Amino acid sequence: MATHSTTAPHTGPLATTTGLDHRKLLMWTFLASECLFFGSLIATFLLFKDASVSGPIPQEVLNIPVTSTSTFVLLTSSLSMVLALAAIQRGDIVSGRVWILATAVLGATFLGFQVFEFKEFIDEGLKPSTNVFGASFFTLTGFHGAHVAVGVIWLMSLFIFSFKSKDGIPASKSLDVELCGLYWHFVDIVWVVIFTVVYLISSLE
Amino acid sequence: MASAVGAIGAAGAAPSESGVWSWITTVDHKRIGVLYGVSAILFFLLGGSEAFLIRMQLASADADLISSGVFSQLFTMHALTMVFLAIMPLGAAFFNFLIPLQIGARDVAFPRLNALSYWLFLFGAILLNSSFVFGGAPDAGWFAYANLTSTTYSPGDSMDFFTLGLLVLGVSSLAAALNFVVTILNMRAPGMTLMRMPVFTWMALIVSFLLVFALPILTVGLVELLLWRFFDMPFFSAEFGGDPLLWQHVFWLFGHPEVYILILPAMGIVSEILPTFSKKPLFGYTAVVFAGVAIAFMGFAVWAHHMFTVGLGPVAIAAFSASTMLIAVPTGIKIFNWIFTLWGGSLDLRTPMLFSLGFVSLFIIGGLSGVMHASPPLDRQQQDTYFIVAHLHYVLFGGSIMGLMAGIYFWFPKLTGRMMGEGLGVIHFWLMFIGMNVTFGPMHLVGIMGMPRRIYTYSEGSGWEFMNQLESVGAIILAIGLIIFAVNIFRSLRSGEVAGDDPWDARTLEWSISSPPPVYNFDAIPVVYSKEPFWDQKHPELAHDKPPADAVAPVAEDPASIHMPNPSYWPIIVAFGASLMAGLVIVNPYLAFIGGAITMMGVYGWIFEPAGPEEHH
Ligand SMILES: [Cu+2]
Repeated sequence: MATHSTTAPHTGPLATTTGLDHRKLLMWTFLASECLFFGSLIATFLLFKDASVSGPIPQEVLNIPVTSTSTFVLLTSSLSMVLALAAIQRGDIVSGRVWILATAVLGATFLGFQVFEFKEFIDEGLKPSTNVFGASFFTLTGFHGAHVAVGVIWLMSLFIFSFKSKDGIPASKSLDVELCGLYWHFVDIVWVVIFTVVYLISSLE
Repeated sequence: MASAVGAIGAAGAAPSESGVWSWITTVDHKRIGVLYGVSAILFFLLGGSEAFLIRMQLASADADLISSGVFSQLFTMHALTMVFLAIMPLGAAFFNFLIPLQIGARDVAFPRLNALSYWLFLFGAILLNSSFVFGGAPDAGWFAYANLTSTTYSPGDSMDFFTLGLLVLGVSSLAAALNFVVTILNMRAPGMTLMRMPVFTWMALIVSFLLVFALPILTVGLVELLLWRFFDMPFFSAEFGGDPLLWQHVFWLFGHPEVYILILPAMGIVSEILPTFSKKPLFGYTAVVFAGVAIAFMGFAVWAHHMFTVGLGPVAIAAFSASTMLIAVPTGIKIFNWIFTLWGGSLDLRTPMLFSLGFVSLFIIGGLSGVMHASPPLDRQQQDTYFIVAHLHYVLFGGSIMGLMAGIYFWFPKLTGRMMGEGLGVIHFWLMFIGMNVTFGPMHLVGIMGMPRRIYTYSEGSGWEFMNQLESVGAIILAIGLIIFAVNIFRSLRSGEVAGDDPWDARTLEWSISSPPPVYNFDAIPVVYSKEPFWDQKHPELAHDKPPADAVAPVAEDPASIHMPNPSYWPIIVAFGASLMAGLVIVNPYLAFIGGAITMMGVYGWIFEPAGPEEHH
């Protein structure tokens, strides 16, 4: 991996107009697009959460203590992501690997909670096709879960390929991790909104 | 590893190879632009043929050339083809070819992502059209209102081809838009501030942002439609508390910005051509740019003007009526700027200029009928009549297509090194201009007389016979015009007059390099001091913003030392996997994992491929 970039001489202009790396600007723009994606799903949920003509309704199935726990797990993973990037930027190979793996494991744990939650809901009679609450709930949280899953695969890829070289992921390539971090923090923030809107507010009434 | 290093060393020469494989693996923005352009023109002819059949069926009362079922497929596919497979990709063709040339860059920011966008577009288009073979094309209209799209009213797979085809096309457009945003913001030549960018590039930036924000909304709607049809999730089923109107809101929240996605590229093109053939700078550059930005913002606040008859209530109707009237203001600003650009100029009526003038005049008509729909009581009369069909064709054919045609005539010499035939071009223009007005003009009248759109026939004595006959004659004139266009392209490619670098005495950077441009575009990255750098370089005595006295001319690099990104086959593999995944969903959602696996493999191959200097870090 590391050899080819040093042998090909850079001749083009290296500096970008904005000073931001191309890939970082791409990620920011993509995340802006994702805001509209999740915004539309959340709007659908708000439209439908109390519109079902038959149960179960949100207050009957939502389990706030369990979801609070999984939310805590996911938010912790943002902390470990920050620590992973910091370790790689200062060249600490071992800590970098450990924190990347920790982030992936915390993400996978969150997904485990979600599978458990989905199974509980189906046992209590709420399937995606049961009513509009179910349809919009499973679509919104399912797509969020899919985003977490992509993030876990990304993190695991970074972790595995860090062993291709004894230097791990060198500080000069920390952008690879930073991009993953941007995505990861975004997915976490979306979850904070979902937790507030879907769980806390919906379970109040 | 050693061989990979060798490949990079030779990369500068690689993209200029010819042969099918070089096109499949190309990551050169100019070649991808050609792929987009050629595909889009072919789809334009397909969509045109569908329209031609529609016009032949409607040429006389009580005709039975086409059954009502096939007719519904034809008008649905005509619209989908023209919007998603012809006008949008033609815009993408111009973006690809021109953006790097206009901003003084050697390629786009992500050349392989660019190739991926094209292949996703092509495979998505094939997926959508394959429905003709597999049991019938989508027939619920291009905006596919629920309940018409339910499994009850659209049994069979046709609407699944619609949903999945558009999802693939959406990913393609999003990837392209992200790429162009980064390219324009990040790869401008030294000195090219935002307010020195060519207007075409500005419009490309605005369109890209519109796509970034509008496509995810459509994606959510399509996903909900898919889940509704496949898994009975009752998003649009009123009997379960769902809401068919949700689809309309989601679709038009995407659909109205989409209108500007279709028209702004043409506006950008015309804003380059009018100054060139008037020998004057664009009047009110800043106003044109900010009007474009204003249109983009306001475009997200007018969607419900498509829904005045669904019962939104007086407050919502009044608000959307007002916002729709308001958006005519920035559009009007642009029109006045174009007219003032012409004012007092020494006009040179070459073909690109003719098409541009055609654009301005026809777009004014389409714009005026558009403002009429902003009035809810009028709109209630016009809803679902041919008046709407007339309006949208004045905007999209008279507007977008005329503008894009102007662009083809204008930049063909830069792309190929040869001029397009002026004589055939002028004939082409007049046939299109007259044919367009004969086809779509009478639709205003027949619409006011009450003829609904999307009916496959009408009865004798309705009073619509003459107008419809006239419209069909217009369609024949348009068809002849397009044949002339095709002849002109082939003749010009073979034996067109050699163009030279700057055949039009034009104003922006792309005309400062050879025609066709070298693979690396610029051997010396230009330094920009004004809005029209090439014009000011040719006419320093007229220049408004002069380079400082101590400015040094950029030094040309040895072409052999300029390294361009390697060709790559991973984009087509990823695109194939993703499209296969979408297609297999129709067969069996579980089979889709095969496509998913190919996609994953392609993504990993992509990540670990040494891509050349532009893309690795
Ligand atoms: Cu609209």
